Amino acid sequence: MVVRQILGFLYRDWHLTRRYWSWVVVFTLYAIVSSATVALIGVAAHDTRLTLTLTIGALLWSFLSVLFNEIAMSIAFERWEGTLEYTFMAPVSRLIHMCGVSLYALTYAAGRAVFVLLGLFLFLRLDLRGANLLGVLVVLAVSSFAFVGLGLVAATLPVMSPERGAEATNIFQSVLLLVSGIYYPVSVLPGWLQPLAAISPATYALSASRKLMGVDTYKEAAPLQGAPLSAVLPELATLLVMGLVMVPLGFYVFGRVEAWSKRTGKLKRTG
Amino acid sequence: MSSYAILVRGIGKVFRKRTAWFRRGWTEEWALKDVSFHLRPGEAYGLLGPNGSGKSSMIRILSTLLTPDHGYAEVMGMRLAEREAEVRRVIGRVSVDAAYYKKLSARENLLFTARVHNLEPRAAEMRALAILEQLGVEPKRFGDPLEEMSRGMQQKVAITRALLVDPPLLLLDEPTTGLDPKSKRDVMLFLEDQRRRKGSTILLTTHDMNEAERLCDRLGMLAHGRLVAEGTADELKTIAGAASLEDAFLGLAGEKLVDLENNEEVA
Repeated sequence: MVVRQILGFLYRDWHLTRRYWSWVVVFTLYAIVSSATVALIGVAAHDTRLTLTLTIGALLWSFLSVLFNEIAMSIAFERWEGTLEYTFMAPVSRLIHMCGVSLYALTYAAGRAVFVLLGLFLFLRLDLRGANLLGVLVVLAVSSFAFVGLGLVAATLPVMSPERGAEATNIFQSVLLLVSGIYYPVSVLPGWLQPLAAISPATYALSASRKLMGVDTYKEAAPLQGAPLSAVLPELATLLVMGLVMVPLGFYVFGRVEAWSKRTGKLKRTG
Repeated sequence: MSSYAILVRGIGKVFRKRTAWFRRGWTEEWALKDVSFHLRPGEAYGLLGPNGSGKSSMIRILSTLLTPDHGYAEVMGMRLAEREAEVRRVIGRVSVDAAYYKKLSARENLLFTARVHNLEPRAAEMRALAILEQLGVEPKRFGDPLEEMSRGMQQKVAITRALLVDPPLLLLDEPTTGLDPKSKRDVMLFLEDQRRRKGSTILLTTHDMNEAERLCDRLGMLAHGRLVAEGTADELKTIAGAASLEDAFLGLAGEKLVDLENNEEVA
């Protein structure tokens, strides 16, 4: 029963992706080009370590931002389509509903990240031998939980405000981009912003991924020496705790906002 | 267990709006005031009223989409406030706007509904095709995106969605508004047949007096959120001393109904 309902959301989201295929192509090409333009800054500086730092940042952000965005915007999209009321009155728990949405978002984000990686190889000559790629996949998998939780919290914004919710979701995402050290060390941020970096899961996902790829220990013209998974256990533990806190918190906030929107009549299509 | 399909007692709903974001003041608009009515299983009940009279708010409350501020409501013997999830299994709703994923086909939209209602997809597809055929939609349109369909056809897909799960209670919020006469007739014939064959209970909101008189056993008249009169069409006409239901509404509710499609007064 639960599996069929989860598959229902995967079925819907897959067909929506299929029907909007031209947008998917455009966004993927845009992600490849924007990632390449960032990574090429390192190439222009003849600095392989910088190139690797930027490439990993661009790739991880490509995955995490899509994962966050797909979940966060799922409610906004339903508002635009006018289907929100029908989804909310279906006999399916919010847990199953958002699990289905999150599972599709995870698959879609991972698929798109693979295309971005392949696209980057057209622009960059990267020798990834020696990097702990499997370890990076583990980090991505663990960090996904925290991003799903953040996405759930952000998804409530369009429930609360039909007019401004989607915009607020984008602001939320841009703050994550700013504070998480995607393209630069967190230490260059103004002091008043740095505490935000400490509560962003992307900070830990990036820090761990760079160690696993061997960026931190990289010596010019030498092969990469990626760290073993045991070297990033503190980051993994932090991400795990964040996931354990943020996913239930996301569902809790979602439930409260849903109840509030039913009291105030905000579920209505026009708000 | 209650013997009512719907039992509504003293339902009230008020919407509050801040006068300005920096002020503490609120304006209040009552959508429903102390509304009470009931439906027996298998009965068709029509809620009549002009735009803004509270019809859609009542349908939303019964659909678990809006929480009332006062009162008590039961659906199929289940108290709304306590058994929302179970109530959702026994209702099918059609609203005035055929809310759909417009890029998806009728098939994709309906199979999504089937899956979240835990129906076996192949059986649901056969059932959807049978309902659409009965409503006069050609099977070859099943794979067409909704955005390529006429308003009438979209509304027929909306009715199919509501009936796909074979719910004992149908909540129809102006289901024929905006439809051409043939589509209106197709939908009415289908609903009559549905009642006859399945014994479905129907709560219908409408502006169309002919539609209400034809389909409903009893009618309630809503004006400014209050249920001002209730009875069979003949009873209401007798009470108001009117020859038609439109005149009866004018007499009892003290205001005119407005045809949403043409924005013309019909009384």
